Amino acid sequence: MEITPAHYTVLSAALFSIGVIGVLVRRNVIIIFMAIELMLNAVNINLVAHARYLENLAGQVFVVFVIAVAAAEAAVGLGILLAFFRNKETVNIDEMNIMRW
Amino acid sequence: MLDTIVIPVLKIAVLLNAVLVAVTFMVLLERKVIAWAQSRLGPMRVGPYGVLQAIADPIKLLVKEDIRPVRADPMLFTLAPILSLVPALVVFAVVPFGGDELFYVTDINVGLLFIISVTSIGVYGIILAGWASNSKYPLLASLRASAQLISYEIAVTMTLVSVILTAGTLSMVGIVEAQQQSGLWFGFVQPVAFVLVFIGGLAETNRAPFDLPEAEQELTGGFHTEYSGMRFALFFLAEYANIIVISAVVTILFWGGWLRPFPNVEALAFLDLIPGWIWFFAKMFVFLYIFIWIRATLPRYRYDQLMRLGWKVLIPVAIGNIVLTGVVKVLL
Amino acid sequence: MAEAIAFYTLAVLILGLGVAVITTPKTVHSVVFLVLNFLCVAVLYVVLRAEFLAVIQVLVYAGGIVVLYLFVVMLVNLKRAPEAHEDPRRLARLGLALSGAVLLELAGIVVYSYGRVTPASAPAAAGPLTGAGNTEELGWLLYTDYLIPFEVASVLLLVAMVGAIVLARRES
Repeated sequence: MEITPAHYTVLSAALFSIGVIGVLVRRNVIIIFMAIELMLNAVNINLVAHARYLENLAGQVFVVFVIAVAAAEAAVGLGILLAFFRNKETVNIDEMNIMRW
Repeated sequence: MLDTIVIPVLKIAVLLNAVLVAVTFMVLLERKVIAWAQSRLGPMRVGPYGVLQAIADPIKLLVKEDIRPVRADPMLFTLAPILSLVPALVVFAVVPFGGDELFYVTDINVGLLFIISVTSIGVYGIILAGWASNSKYPLLASLRASAQLISYEIAVTMTLVSVILTAGTLSMVGIVEAQQQSGLWFGFVQPVAFVLVFIGGLAETNRAPFDLPEAEQELTGGFHTEYSGMRFALFFLAEYANIIVISAVVTILFWGGWLRPFPNVEALAFLDLIPGWIWFFAKMFVFLYIFIWIRATLPRYRYDQLMRLGWKVLIPVAIGNIVLTGVVKVLL
Repeated sequence: MAEAIAFYTLAVLILGLGVAVITTPKTVHSVVFLVLNFLCVAVLYVVLRAEFLAVIQVLVYAGGIVVLYLFVVMLVNLKRAPEAHEDPRRLARLGLALSGAVLLELAGIVVYSYGRVTPASAPAAAGPLTGAGNTEELGWLLYTDYLIPFEVASVLLLVAMVGAIVLARRES
């Protein structure tokens, strides 16, 4: 039973799809943010696995950047969410439509 | 088989039991020392000079009724004490108590980062305990506690970077060996870092003078107000295990771990007759004592003072220390 | 063999916890599952010999970002259920169909590329990827080949920090 890069790719794809489903189906913005984090993690798994099997550390370097971007995204996203919540008392994405048209 | 499974499992079992026993005696020590500081006798009834109080306390907590508030969140209420104890115990996996392989479970090449990151998981226990209790004061206390832990964690991590720069390695054993090579404990090379880490350690373990999360006078007991019996005991085990971790880490990073004083002065070689692990525990005991001493001496900070100290004093000083260390390292 | 056991256990845990994150009705429970998920991913990194990333995953994701989520969940104290209102124009079915399409596409890519990616050496024969110091080599790469992305990332973090403070501050 040898574990090949394909195994990791499948795991990563499945996790990514879970994230996509979360973003498209849930209406609570906090859950949607968390689903986005799941997708970023799926990408990271892929990068680390291939960094190992191709014996090239570039993949790991990119994971560092992805984590940095995820941290920035979480800080700003949650900041926007809190500012919005103060005005409209909701975290439902269907009610966040004041800028839509 | 023997080397990869049996011996590590034995080591882990011995270590975990040793830590838990050490915690019960640490509680006794604390009660005694504080009693002496206040001209009292402390526990005297169980055993000679109250020594067996360390065994009586856990028995009492184990047989006590376990109460769960009706409106608490059952899953998180159960999970919170576990989440706060497990990281405190896991950290011991990379703490070396001596130079020989017998005295540590494992030595990984990211040891110090491992300690920092695993202790940062402990904050979940506190936040979730306050939230799951579904009660006013625990929630306030847990928000306070988590803000405090996160702020001081930044300061401590920043400070440790300068230690890593000085040692040139992240492995705990490697850091002690670096001190042996340079012939100086890093406490003398990095005195500022030592003070910052110790203050940060006090804050991260919620000890006086930073014990705001457990401020009895304002919060009726803090984030574990609604807990009783063994669940309550788990929080206390975690707190005291964390104190032991901080003392051990400070000993390793700044005071030479298992090395004798002035490790490369030949004239003091007779000190090597005392085995390394005795040096280690002696140094660690000094820091455990200082933790208690500070609690008996200093009044509690106000919350805004606590936050100001963390963000406006410790973090800038830590960053300055990194820059200074880097410059000195390049120039030498 | 050991790697296979570790992989399958972790894969089941990661996917199960991932499903739990997006299906649990209570937001706080979701956050807890997310933390556990990230811890499992960190262990997977250790299996893949990326110790530094595993530690950073725990430190930054589990110890930092998710604490932020937990804070927001507690601050956003809702008087009514977050999902009570639904936009009548919402196309949830289409959303599910699209996610299914994404899954299919990814599956297609995996099937197509299976066997075409040849590892530089057999993974069983490959020793530790980087010798003793995964951290040193990663740091070396970050400060030489990837210096400019590194600087850009730090500027991004600075901008995010300022932005978060501006957004979260109450107008006085």
